[in-house]
This record gives sequence, structure tokens and C-alpha cells, in this order.
Amino acid sequence: SRSSLRCMLHLGRRKICTESSQVIASTIDKSSAEYQENYDSLKNIVDTLKSDVNTIIQGGGPKAVERHLSRGKLLPRERINTLIDEGSSFLELSQLAGHNLYGKDSVPAGGIITGIGRVSGTECLIVCNDPTVKGGTYYPITVKKHLRAQEIARENNLPCIYLVDSGGANLPRQDNVFPDKEHFGRIFYNQASLSAMGIPQIAVVMGSCTAGGAYVPAMADESIIVKNQGTIFLGGPPLVKAATGEDVTDEDLGGADLHCGKSGVTDHYALDDEHALHVARRVVKNLNRSKHMNITIEKPEDPLYPAEELYGIVGSNLKKTYDIRQVIARIVDGSKFDEFKEMYGDTLVTGFSRIWGFPVGIIGNNGVLFSESALKGTHFIELCCQRGIPLLFLQNITGFMVGREAEAGGIAKNGAKMVTAVACAKVPKFTVLIGGSYGAGNYGMCGRAYSPRFLYMWPNSRISVMGGEQAAKVLATVSKMQREREGKTWTDEEEEALKAPIIKKYEKEGHPYYASARLWDDGVIDPTATRDILGLSLSASLNAPVEKTKFGVFRM
Amino acid sequence: IHMRYCSKSYQNISTLLIANRGEIACRVMRTAKKMGIKTVALFSEPDRNSMHVAMADEAYHIGPAASQESYLRQDKIINIAKKTGAQAIHPGYGFLSENYEFADLCKSEGITFIGPPSSAIKDMGIKSTSKHIMSAAGVPIIEGYHGEDQSDQRLREEAERIGFPIMIKAVRGGGGKGMRISNTAEEFQEQLDSARSEAMKSFGDDVMLVEKFVNTPRHVEVQIFGDHHGNYVYLFERDCSVQRRHQKVIEEAPAPGLTSETRQAIGEAAIRAARAVNYVGAGTVEFIMDEEQNFYFMEMNTRLQVEHPVSEMITDTDLVEWQIKVASGQVLPKKQSDLKINGHSFEARIYAEDPDNNFMPGAGPLHFLETPKPDEFTRVETGVRQNDEVSVHYDPMIAKLVVWSHDRKSALSKLIYSLRQYKIVGLANNISFLDNLASHPEFQNANVHTGFIPQYYDNLFVKKSVDPSVICQSALALLLKRMNDVKKRDAFTPFSDSTLRRVNHDLRRKVLLKKDGADYEICIVPSAKSNVYQVEYENSSFEVEVLPVISNENRLDLNFNIDGVKSKATAVFSQNTINLFSQNGSFVFDVPLPNYTKGSSAAGASSDSAIAPMPGVVDKVHVTEGQEVKEGDRLLVMIAMKMEYVIKSPKDGVIKKIFHKSGDTTSKGTVLVTFEN
Repeated sequence: SRSSLRCMLHLGRRKICTESSQVIASTIDKSSAEYQENYDSLKNIVDTLKSDVNTIIQGGGPKAVERHLSRGKLLPRERINTLIDEGSSFLELSQLAGHNLYGKDSVPAGGIITGIGRVSGTECLIVCNDPTVKGGTYYPITVKKHLRAQEIARENNLPCIYLVDSGGANLPRQDNVFPDKEHFGRIFYNQASLSAMGIPQIAVVMGSCTAGGAYVPAMADESIIVKNQGTIFLGGPPLVKAATGEDVTDEDLGGADLHCGKSGVTDHYALDDEHALHVARRVVKNLNRSKHMNITIEKPEDPLYPAEELYGIVGSNLKKTYDIRQVIARIVDGSKFDEFKEMYGDTLVTGFSRIWGFPVGIIGNNGVLFSESALKGTHFIELCCQRGIPLLFLQNITGFMVGREAEAGGIAKNGAKMVTAVACAKVPKFTVLIGGSYGAGNYGMCGRAYSPRFLYMWPNSRISVMGGEQAAKVLATVSKMQREREGKTWTDEEEEALKAPIIKKYEKEGHPYYASARLWDDGVIDPTATRDILGLSLSASLNAPVEKTKFGVFRM
Repeated sequence: IHMRYCSKSYQNISTLLIANRGEIACRVMRTAKKMGIKTVALFSEPDRNSMHVAMADEAYHIGPAASQESYLRQDKIINIAKKTGAQAIHPGYGFLSENYEFADLCKSEGITFIGPPSSAIKDMGIKSTSKHIMSAAGVPIIEGYHGEDQSDQRLREEAERIGFPIMIKAVRGGGGKGMRISNTAEEFQEQLDSARSEAMKSFGDDVMLVEKFVNTPRHVEVQIFGDHHGNYVYLFERDCSVQRRHQKVIEEAPAPGLTSETRQAIGEAAIRAARAVNYVGAGTVEFIMDEEQNFYFMEMNTRLQVEHPVSEMITDTDLVEWQIKVASGQVLPKKQSDLKINGHSFEARIYAEDPDNNFMPGAGPLHFLETPKPDEFTRVETGVRQNDEVSVHYDPMIAKLVVWSHDRKSALSKLIYSLRQYKIVGLANNISFLDNLASHPEFQNANVHTGFIPQYYDNLFVKKSVDPSVICQSALALLLKRMNDVKKRDAFTPFSDSTLRRVNHDLRRKVLLKKDGADYEICIVPSAKSNVYQVEYENSSFEVEVLPVISNENRLDLNFNIDGVKSKATAVFSQNTINLFSQNGSFVFDVPLPNYTKGSSAAGASSDSAIAPMPGVVDKVHVTEGQEVKEGDRLLVMIAMKMEYVIKSPKDGVIKKIFHKSGDTTSKGTVLVTFEN
């Protein structure tokens, strides 16, 4: 430190400049027509997203809500508000789950709310049934969302709190809910295995837990039940009547008094929802968990430029290009970005920043991936894994370069190096689809298959094996060649007739709502919220120790 | 006369025992310390850790709570004085200050009693004797006729002798019945007949008395001082007209509107009164004054009075210092000609009492106490500190707030300003009432008289309508406190610090408050800008920027910017209440407890029990278990602050259990009686 002091004295300002991080200068022209057009179009899409989400959070409609409230219960979101620390953030996941997935059968948010919130100072994974949606029954997407939440708990070492109020498996859809590996039974498998890993499992029974559902509280480490509201039984009164002829009420068969006093299925007796959630907070307080982060943390700084400018930079036309650094400047602390290999493989931008004080290594696309870009990305991933720095992928990628020159240059093996590095990296990985996500680019940039801890999509982004027009063109070319082989003609009209539905299909299936409805991501987010959502995700991910990475064979 | 005093020998006072407690004990000690005199304090059991004990150089336990067994135990006090070598005892006010036997006892034990000779105390203690002495000394008194001759003729003659207007009053009368005012001789007969007939109907007795009637009377008293050498001075007068049930509320000096002639006349009359009883030391001669500034002797208080500081402020004197000097035989520090009125001073008495609940006295710990900053012109005379207890056993006065300025108007502004700086949490208090009183236009105009509070009752007790901005401030303060209560384990965490509370939608938090039975539901929507909140209440919505400064978990200092208007407030949290102190005054809101906590707490008990409305001692129990009662029936009687309170049945029902017997001490909110369901 004495030598650094001497340096400072000798070099004055220059020393200070070199020691501090590089700041990205804003290079946008806010008065340009292009900026304005971009801004309006993306803002419009975001407004639609918010209005869609506002409908989703109303749950199963006014009638169901009213019936729920008339029983003196809190609505599911109010339960979460009461459970988590006052005014703290709730990182809700996959709000669009189930969106237009079952035709006329509307299942807002997939009938289940999942996310991460702080309870008594501890970050917890919360799974909350919404009984106003189809009685809280499990649709296939409900199961998938529940399992994804448990996967997040497992990967990030987060205690689980289940706010149970569910009619159990959706009987008409039992074939897509019950029998397979990743179906209903997996919930309890997970509860057992998570508990075995030392991840606390807490259940609050605020409504019915019938049949299989009874195992949620029964398999929890600690469980709470609300008097006159919560019931737990393997078979409900109608089934009992049919089976044994016994006449019995819900409360007598599986109410709070029975389970707290006689059966011992539940541990804590609550007078109402508020009480139960109060007890749940107390249970978490007594978990004796602490978070050990083996990283350096600095005081968070806001970016220098307003997040809203992202709208004007990015717009909604995926064909338009922009410098990814301008996006990074509006996400990271102090807009500081220490770039790595700035002058090499410049279609991939790599460098170090902080988000909410946490260190991140950022990999962002600035065009098609060439061999050099892939090698640079691989090198950078190795650095981050060596140093235990979480990785952030900002995806806007049409794919790896094709063509004779690229193939000859070994794009396949160089791309493979990057895919290997991404796949093996054990540091927490976060992916945001900010534009296109096509083909092998999706793999190299840590798509869903590469197990990022969290993956979010901007509402302007698109995801598919290739672009719709590209696919249509490929298919049209193949058809044309076949026709030509058969000696038949191929008219322009025929070509258009072939292409149009393909383009339409790709447009539909590549839409982020389509992806999010199927849980190919963890949520569609407002670009301006990206920084905060990444901060929350980083914070959550650091509950698990950062593991050492062992890479596979890199083809040289 | 001089010879009598010269034969005396005076003791030099180097150790002073203060036979009192609370603010006056502290007040006396402050001067004693200034004079280099060692102070000895006494304390009863509940006063063990009180301020006057902490201030004293030595302090002695004197007995249990009851005054009769502690502060009134003459024998114990004398023993302690001897043990500690105290040459003198200062009795303060109340307790033994006007007890001539104690003055005699001191004398016989060779200890200086700081007060007048016992004969003066004795003479002035008996109303009829004092009137005779004063009348003989040429001090105007209220004339009256209480004779047996009830003839019309005699009563008229007496009325004419006294001078109109006069009051004709039934001897057995009460509540204004059988009482008439006669303004002139002409209407005397008519009023007499009317009074007699009403008295006969009401009491079956028509014996009348006749007295001088003073219309809209003022209470004006003169501070006098005498020494052992026959010197007397008056330190001008105080106006203490504004009273509530004969208790002074706000006092001021000098009395506003007095002509210099009246001022001199009343001062000299007071000295005549003092001289008539060979008075020594500090004393107060109380007069009743009519609209024409005629004044009549009422009584003489042979002690240092509660409100003495206002006289000190306008004469630049220390009356306790004078008392000590005079007691040690010195001549008065100033001559009459040296004394001039300088400026104006007010004193407001801050009590632990609930003006909205018939001034029900309170007792208990002062969870939070912040006074205006004392300076040369602002005195806070108090005997309690934050977390001290206002005891159920003694006077519920918390403090005296004394201010001085160049004239009445500016002094009054200062009083109001300082009252609004006073922050008390934990006990109901009269600060808002004092504020209303001091701010009243007629008080501002100095139109004070003893009927002031009843006359303007509706203005003074008007329920302050709660401004929506106050509701917003309180609700926001509560939410901020709840947010702050959640312990942060990490130095920086977006879960606490991020303004993104919910993904793709706003967090809307409902805050419930209660005040005077009314429910307030406020919705707070944190915005994306840090420290900015949208606050919705009824049909209004405010954008509020707030910078909270958290000094401890129970206190928040808030800088607000509500729709562009900046303001400051302090919120103090205590026992499910939020106390907001702002420029608009102070407001207490109840924070409703969650439903699940009800049933187990006394505060929530309502229809199935009767609870103690204040701390006190159960005096009588009127019901037995199993007894059937109607709503409003007497259940039991409690004694608090020397006053009796009847606890009535809140409903028709059958008594299930009685929890206390006569003699039990209870705190506020204690369940006294429960009913069968």
C-alpha cells in the first residue's frame, strides 16, 4: 500500500484514473427520430406487458376472489406481502406461466405464485397456491412451475416456504400431471431430497391439502395450519363416506385441532392467515441460517444514465443494430465496465462490472459470432470460473458465422469450445434475452439448456432455432430443389404460400409470451427493471457457495 | 419591632434538606448548588430512581409511597436533618410547606424552616381569621352577610352596605339553584323573592346570604417578600385567572391591562397584608379583581408558589436564593425602588391528564420525552426525565414551561411555539389543550377571567379535524418504521434497498390507523424513485417524498415533501400508538393490533369486561360474582390522584369474575370485572 501511495503521489490524477474502473460514455442521440421511434415502440410493448401482468395478478376473477375473501382469508399476493419483510422486494418468477396455454381454460400465472423474498432477513423461495384459480388445482404448467421453483431452491440453497391452499392434481388432466418423472410426485421427492441437503422445508396450510397434497405439510420440516381453514387428509369426507360409510366433517377429519393436537401432522396452530404467516416468519427466524458470500462486495452505485433510455437504444426491431455497451452502461453500477480483449473478436463484448455491488463478468453480443469471438468468450468464462465471478449473458444473437471461410477457420470447434465452457461453468450464470436468440448462439450464450440460475426475457426478444424468414427460405429452397429434381415448376405464388404460414408459426412460437407460458424462462421483464432483477437474482444465487469448475475437453 | 428580630441568632446554611419531591425539589436544589450549599433529598419507595434523588448530593429513603408515611413524616424528616447536619429545611410547596406544627417543630429542634413564622401560617390558614386581619389592616375584602336575621329589611340594608351588584345565595344551595344576582337596589326585592322560592322548592329551606358579586372576576395575586428586619417588597402581580376546576393552567406576569395605579395599589395592599401578620420570606396574596380593576383579598399563601418563575422572569430575581438568604438572616437583596417590571412571562403547566376525557389523570412511564431547548428565556421546570414514571401517588404534573419575552404578544408566541416543541409519549397530556388555550383569540387579547375555560369550552375542546396530510405522514411513518424494523443482515442488499418491490406491477400496502374511534385506511404505493411514495387516502392521493432519519427504533425524524410542500415531523412509536409531532400540532393514532392477538390482551377486551380507565387504587367494590347488573350500574370505585372514579357497567349482564378487591393498585387497562358470555 505504501508503493501504491507513492504511485499516487508521483502520478497524481493518472494513477487514480487507472485504478478506477472504465466508465462507458453515453453515445446515444436522444433527439434523433430513430431514438424516439425505438423508444415509443418498446415502451408500448412494455406497457402491454404491464397491463397483461396486472390482469394476471387479479387471479381467478372477481367471483372467486370475493368467495375467498368472504372466508376471512388473505388473497395469495397479500399472503406473500404479509410473509416477507415489510416493503422488501419479491422476485416473482414466470408470471406469464400458462398464458393462453389451455385454450379457453384460463390459468393466470399457472395457478401458483413462485418467487424469492426475504423472510425475517433470510432469502427464501416461496411457493404459493392461488385457490382463486381453478381451486388451486395443479395443471401441468402448475406442476412445472412448482418444480422449477424447487430447482431454484436446490441450486441456490434457499429455504422453501409453501403456502398451501390447493385442491390437488387437476383430475381431467391427470395424464399430464401424475405419472411422469417430472410430475406431481416429484414435488414430494424434492421436498425429501431438499430437506436432506439441509434446505429447510416449511409448509403453511391455509386451505385444503387433499390426497397427494397432504404430503406437502406432512413432508415439511415444520408446518403450520390455520384453524377452520386448513385441512389435511388423504381422503376427504365424500371419499370416506363412500369407503367406510363414516360421516365426518372436514374439520373433524383433518382440521387444525386434529393435526396439532392428535395426529401431530402439523406443529403450529394459527388462528387466521395473518397469524399463520407471523408464525412462519418466526419459524424462519429460528432456522439459524447465515449467508456466506465468498466474493467481494462494494457499495452499490446507480448507473450514470437513466434505464429508460434502454427503450430508445434497443427498440423493437431486431434487425436494427446498436452497441451492447450502451445497454451495459444502463444496467451496471456506475456504468463502469472494465473491458477484456476490447480489440479482439469484437462481435462479442466481455468485461467486468458490478451489479448492486456484486461482481459480474458480462458477455454480450455485438453481432454474429466468429471464431475469434468464440475463443475470446471461452477465455473470459475461464477467467470468471477461476476467480469465482458470476457470469451474465446478454443475448442478442443470430448465431455463429456460416460459410466456407468460417467453417474452414474451425468455427464449429471454436464454437464448441465456448459451449463447453458455458456448460461446465459452475459460477452462478444469469441470462437475459434482450434481442434474438437463435440456433447455436442460444447454446453459446447460455440458453435454458445450459442451466443458468435464472433466465429472463425482454418483451421485444424472440427465441427459435432460426429466424422465421430464414426458416421459410430454407424450407422453400429445399422444396424448390425437390420440385426441380422432379422436373416440376415452382412458382413465386407457391413459394409465398409455403413461406407465409412458416413465418407466422415462427413469429408466434418465438414470442416471449409463448416461451414464458411454457416456462422456457423465469419471466418476461421490463428492460428498465433488469438491473434490479439481476441484483435480486445475484443476491439469491449467492446463498449457495460458488463451486470450483472442472472443464471438459476443449477441442484444439 | 426591630428589637424582636435583633435578639435572634441566625444560622449560616451550608447543608439544606429539601422536604419535597418532583420539580420543586429540583428547582430548590438548582439554586442551592449555585450558592454552594450541599443538598439533601428525601425519597419515598416509588421515587427511588427519580430525578430529584439523582440531583441531590445525598438522598435518604423516607418510607413507602403514601405521603402520610413518607413526605409528611415530620419525625423522620427532622431525624434526617440532624443526621446530615442540615441547618435548614426547605419545604417546597404542598406537603409540609403550610404546616405550622412542622414550622414549630423545626424551630424547637433548632433547624431553620424556610418559610414564614408559624403564627403567620396559622393565621392565614383560617379563612375567617385571615379576612378579619386583612380587613383591620385596610386590605379590601369581599363583603358579605351571613347573619341569622333573614328579614327583607335587614338583607336589603346589608346589600346596600356591601354595594351593588350583589349575589343572593341560598345557604343550602348548589348548582346555581336558589342563586340570583341583583345589579341594583331596585331589583333587589324581586331577585330575593325569586331566589327564596326556588330555594324552598329545591332544598325546603330559604335561608339566604348576601355577598359582593364580582362579575367576570380575575384572579390576580401579588408576590411579596419580607425579611427578618421588617423590610417588605412586592415583586408585582401575576394573573392566574385561567383555571380549570380551581386549578391554575396558564399563569402570566405582569397581569395584563393593569393601570400603574392599580399595580401600585394592589402591591401595597399585599404588603399591608404581609405586615399585618409579621410575614417573613416568600408569600403570595391572592386577590379577586373585577372589570373595573377593583380588587378584594381572597387568601394568602404562605409558601413559594408553583408559578413563582414568572415573577422571577420579569424581575430578574431568584426567589429561592432570596428565601435562603432571608432565612439566614440577611436583608432583602433588593429594595422596592430597585424592582422594575421587565418584559412579560408565561407559565404553562403540563399535566399527565386527558383533556378529552374529562381531564382524567394519568400515571405511568414517560416512554418518550423531548422538551423545548432551555435557554435564558425558556425554562423547563421538571422533575421527570424520559422513562421516568409519573406516579399514581402524587401530583400528575410533568413540567412547567416558562417563557419570557419583551412584551405579552411575543411571549405568547414563544409559549405556543415552545408548547409545540414539547413531545411526550406514553401518557395522555394537556399540551394540545394548552396550545388551544394560548392560541385562543380572547386569550391573545388578554380577556382573561376565571370563567374563561367554561365560556369558551366549545372552542377549546373542539376535536381537531385530522388533516389528510397528517394521516399520510403518520401512515408513511409507520410503514417506514416497519421497513426499518426488519433487520438487514447484509451491508447492501437489493431485497431491502431496491425500489423494485414487485415484478411488472406496483406493491400496494394498506396501512390501518385508528383515532378517536375512527378508522383510517391508507394505501401506500412505493414508487420507482427512492424515498418517493404515492399515498392514497379516501379520494385524495399525494406524492410524498420523505427522508427519514432513524435515531432509534422508536423514533423517526421525517423531512417531507408532500405535493411540493416541504415540512418536518417527528414520529414516536410506543405501545401500538404512533405519535406524530408536526407543525400542525401533535397527533396520536392507534395502530390496530392483528386480530389474532385479541382476546388475550386487556386493551382488546371490550364488551365482556370492564377495565380500569386509568392507574389507581380500588376503593370500593359494589358488586359480587354472579350478580346481575344493568348497563350503567356502579361496579366499583377507584381512587386516582385524590379523585374518585366510578366504574360503571358497560352492558347488561351477569358478573363472572371480579379481579380486584378494595385496596388493590391497578394499572391502566387492567381488567377489573368480566361478564358471563
